[in-house]
Amino acid sequence: MVNISQSITKKDHIEKMTGETQYIADYVIPGMNHAKIVRAWRPHARIKSVRFPEMETGYFVIDYRDVPKNGVKIIRSEQPVFAENEVRFIGEAVAMIVGADVIKVNAYVEQVKIEYEDLPAALSLDASDDAMVSYHYAHGAVTDAFQKAARVIEKTYYTGHQEQAYIEPQGAIGLYQDGKITVIASMQCPYYVKDAVTFAMDVPAESVQIIQSTTGGAFGGKEDYPSLIGCMVAAAAKKTGKPVRLIFERGEDMTVTTKRHPAQIVYSAALDEHDGILGIKADIKLDGGAYEGLSGVVLQRSMIAAAGVYRFPCIEVSGQVMMTHTVPNGAFRGFGAPQSFFAIERFMTHLATHLGIQDPVDFKKRYFVKQGDSTATGGSFRYPVILPEMLETAESLSRYTEKHERYRMQTGRYRKGIGMSFFLHGCGFTGSAEKDYIKSVIKLVKYPDDTIELLTSTTDMGQGVKTTFAKIVAEVMALPIDQIKIVNPDTDRVPNSGPTVASRSLMIVGKLLERAAKRLKSEYVAGKYQEVEERYVHPEMVPWDITSFSGDAYPTYSWGINVIEVEVDTLLAETKLIGVWGIFDVGRAIDETIMRGQIEGGMLQGIGYASSEKMEIIGGAVRQSGLSDYIIPTAKDTVPFVTRTLDNPYDGGPFGAKGAGELTIIGSAPAYAEAVEQAAGVPVAIIPMTPERLLAAMKQQKRGER
Amino acid sequence: MIEFYLNQKKVQYDGEPTRRLLDVLREDFGLTEVKEGCGEGECGACAVLIDGKTRQSCITAIGSLEGLSVMTLEGYKHSEQYKVLDQSFAEAGAVQCGFCTPGMIMAAQSLLAENPEPSDAEIRDGISGNLCRCTGYNMIVDAIRMASQKGKGLW
Repeated sequence: MVNISQSITKKDHIEKMTGETQYIADYVIPGMNHAKIVRAWRPHARIKSVRFPEMETGYFVIDYRDVPKNGVKIIRSEQPVFAENEVRFIGEAVAMIVGADVIKVNAYVEQVKIEYEDLPAALSLDASDDAMVSYHYAHGAVTDAFQKAARVIEKTYYTGHQEQAYIEPQGAIGLYQDGKITVIASMQCPYYVKDAVTFAMDVPAESVQIIQSTTGGAFGGKEDYPSLIGCMVAAAAKKTGKPVRLIFERGEDMTVTTKRHPAQIVYSAALDEHDGILGIKADIKLDGGAYEGLSGVVLQRSMIAAAGVYRFPCIEVSGQVMMTHTVPNGAFRGFGAPQSFFAIERFMTHLATHLGIQDPVDFKKRYFVKQGDSTATGGSFRYPVILPEMLETAESLSRYTEKHERYRMQTGRYRKGIGMSFFLHGCGFTGSAEKDYIKSVIKLVKYPDDTIELLTSTTDMGQGVKTTFAKIVAEVMALPIDQIKIVNPDTDRVPNSGPTVASRSLMIVGKLLERAAKRLKSEYVAGKYQEVEERYVHPEMVPWDITSFSGDAYPTYSWGINVIEVEVDTLLAETKLIGVWGIFDVGRAIDETIMRGQIEGGMLQGIGYASSEKMEIIGGAVRQSGLSDYIIPTAKDTVPFVTRTLDNPYDGGPFGAKGAGELTIIGSAPAYAEAVEQAAGVPVAIIPMTPERLLAAMKQQKRGER
Repeated sequence: MIEFYLNQKKVQYDGEPTRRLLDVLREDFGLTEVKEGCGEGECGACAVLIDGKTRQSCITAIGSLEGLSVMTLEGYKHSEQYKVLDQSFAEAGAVQCGFCTPGMIMAAQSLLAENPEPSDAEIRDGISGNLCRCTGYNMIVDAIRMASQKGKGLW
């Protein structure tokens, strides 16, 4: 390889292209039974009784009585695997029917009678006064800044639910043989599922084996959720002694699985008499849904991201996860950051507008962080920040400034707008989790035929780690890529190198592979079986303290600038995408094509978040229950993107690589909203900005003008 | 009894005529490259060719196939056209999670058979019935354009 970034054919290309790859629904195991979940249809109720129908021999009910410790271990274990006395959201699992004939199983599920006693329910963020998690931090003299401010400006921003909409629905298979539980599932985090099954089934860890089936898209949606269904099929397999298959239908998947947290974010700025920012306050409320799950960690990321890419003299951030009797929200690419970046980017633009500054970029760049600056939580931006170079690239490719100026004066039905967003993403787990909880381990095994197998618990869900990991080892050892083997993780074979989340895989696990490859190269003996193990080493950081919410939240950051240009039909309020530009600093791309795939896919997912992906909860139920009413972008809704990654190698990552997967979704929504705002001439403070919402906003403004 | 052609072989089906073609292909014929993504004809993961045209097998009843010809990736992957698509998809990086890929290939074949030199807008039209959440589509559009150029004369 001349250059690590130069693309190669993906390791799993052929098997995926030919359709030979087995996804979870494709497994055929002799004697396999089907499972279907019995769900509650009340947002909040006490279960008075559950009556199951008479069933043929060979059909089983699985419920809380079959789960020795009835909790899904995620952070705490507060969510039951099967509800026992109380249900907290529409669609919560009460039981599962298992048997050989799927038609009969479905019919039995329909015949289950649940008697409820309804309890008061909070069905939206506004209606909830129950904070499941709260954090607060302040950096600098905030009270003082707001006291001496010449004026204070406050704005509120709203973001909606977002469904991951991986094309492969959730699914898992449980097996039980000779006291051993095996779960095969579409997942991101084999060891999370292992921990959850071990805990719920109350068995020794060595009797639980988890195998990843090739994952047909995940985007965070298969980070936490497979732990729940993994426990369900484990309990069912143990009770029935047969393989049990649980595959979700799309409608079920869309209405009961975890989604991106809706948010309400209030920003205020203290300004001096020269319109300079003295201090910023942010108050973030996330809708956690019915159970806490990962919400606390999502909130941490939201709060750290609240300062955007800016250095303010002082900042105070408070955050809460509110409990509502709705579907629990969880992990989704960006993990709390997209909400905050939408809000801070919009707020900075609205401040600029308020101050009469024509181009918000002029205002924003005054506050760009620089290398050596402290972070909002008192950590440090240790590594070069190349935002100015990235801005130059964005400007020359998109001609933003000239267009922004031109679009200020428009008349007629069709009007254009352009918006630019600035963002970052902290790479890896928040705080000290890598050091304190994850403690990654990886292994390289060299077989006598000199092929080398990579043993990690990192899963390839389409993002291409099988290829990028293999490239790292092949490049270090100067071996052909075909000599490197990597298969889907099986916890009986791979050490725990942590979950496939948080933009950590390439940077953290990839670095361990790089180190291991260097060692194996130095100890290499041809024709001999050899093993090399590497363990995580924590970089030098300001120690993170969650109680005071201070220190280095991340070892380093990846950066992005997005520019989006649109045309709005002001009569019908329809918005058409015209141009999309994405400039990124991910240290160094380990494969240019794979990186471009992350950029293109992430940015379009972000555009969907900002525009068409509306998910409503009505009476506690998710109204959009299919891909025909939850609208993700199609090939016709997008345009060619212009993308660049600028090299800025980070010595803590392999070949200089930093995290990249999540970063790409963060900047679309604020850039899109800004473009729509300029074109339509109405403030955009809420996403998704659907045509209906835009039309209402334009009508309201017209009424206001009269 | 329903007789139809499956991947160029005459086959017989003797069962419930209202079953979804998707289930028959997956369960009776073991053709698991035909995927179920939504079950309502929206996502295209289950797309097959029926007499050369893209159809969603999740909303096609097996009973409607008498005498027709069904092609899935299993039958198509031995063709010269497939080889060109394979190279182009690899080069363009058009495959990520792979779940939409078999349906996408069927849609590409149907498009190129009808219009061997499609414009970008025509390519987007041709795959607009196939959802992909990973790639953002542009790399798939690139791959199909590339295939159309590399495979001149094949379609």
